Amino acid sequence: MPLPAVEPWVVLSFSAAIFFVGLFGLLVRRNLLIILMSIELMLNAVNLTYVTFSHQLSSMAGQMSVFFIITVAAAESAVGLGLMIALYRTLKTVDTDEITLLKD
Amino acid sequence: MSAVNPIAFYIFAGVALAFSVMTVLRKNPVSSAFSLVLVFFSFAGIYAILGAHLIATLQVLVYAGAIMVLFVFVVMLLNSDSPSFDLRRTPALFRVAAALVCLALFVLFVRVFKNSPSLVQPGAFTAEAVDAAGGNTRVISELMFSEYVLPFELTSVLLLAGIVGAVALAKRHSAAKSESKKGAVHAVAGR
Repeated sequence: MPLPAVEPWVVLSFSAAIFFVGLFGLLVRRNLLIILMSIELMLNAVNLTYVTFSHQLSSMAGQMSVFFIITVAAAESAVGLGLMIALYRTLKTVDTDEITLLKD
Repeated sequence: MSAVNPIAFYIFAGVALAFSVMTVLRKNPVSSAFSLVLVFFSFAGIYAILGAHLIATLQVLVYAGAIMVLFVFVVMLLNSDSPSFDLRRTPALFRVAAALVCLALFVLFVRVFKNSPSLVQPGAFTAEAVDAAGGNTRVISELMFSEYVLPFELTSVLLLAGIVGAVALAKRHSAAKSESKKGAVHAVAGR
């Protein structure tokens, strides 16, 4: 049985699915590491949307944007994980429920 | 989308979807991290299918290489490779509500993507034109140093700020030093 051709909306819907899986993880998890991983998932889904539109519209602007998003994501995860190490050194936890420095 | 191979796309999409759900739901941060590696590799495959060869390479190098090594390194460093039961502490009602909201937004997006006509005129970079100009990597490189040279240079400043910020945050401050130094970074990192 031949599979139907992959239309642009299938790829876009797939990237939306990955984005909302990431959003769900961001909402329900309390572990900061997993929250950062969910943010990476969402960034990847947006990148795929850019590449799909770039393919569909025969334009290179989407792929250039993805290049810059990858750079920003690398910087973001480096600073985010540095923050997490500093936080762990202070509080001995990476759980968002126990980060209550401003409340105490 | 004539050039897209459906079998390859559906395999990569299925793997990415399954392992992204595992990334979010697994108790052990290490298995989450390794599921995320598989998601990144599948995305690289989909980029290659769509003709974005340079982006596919960068995905493997930067995401699956650098960022994941950083994640696994931090998991080991924090000694949190034991199971965390944080998902269970989230109230069940909130979990169901979050899932329903995400599902509803997803259905909305699918409907929009499926029913919206493509109004924008296609640009000049068709697959044939890119091949004639020397391939995807060459076209992107030429654009990067002509039309997009300002964002490219600004990216270098951002990366420098990222390096300085990461080192300043993660650096260990000794007790004697922390008495003499009083900076904004120290206030966050050095307690």
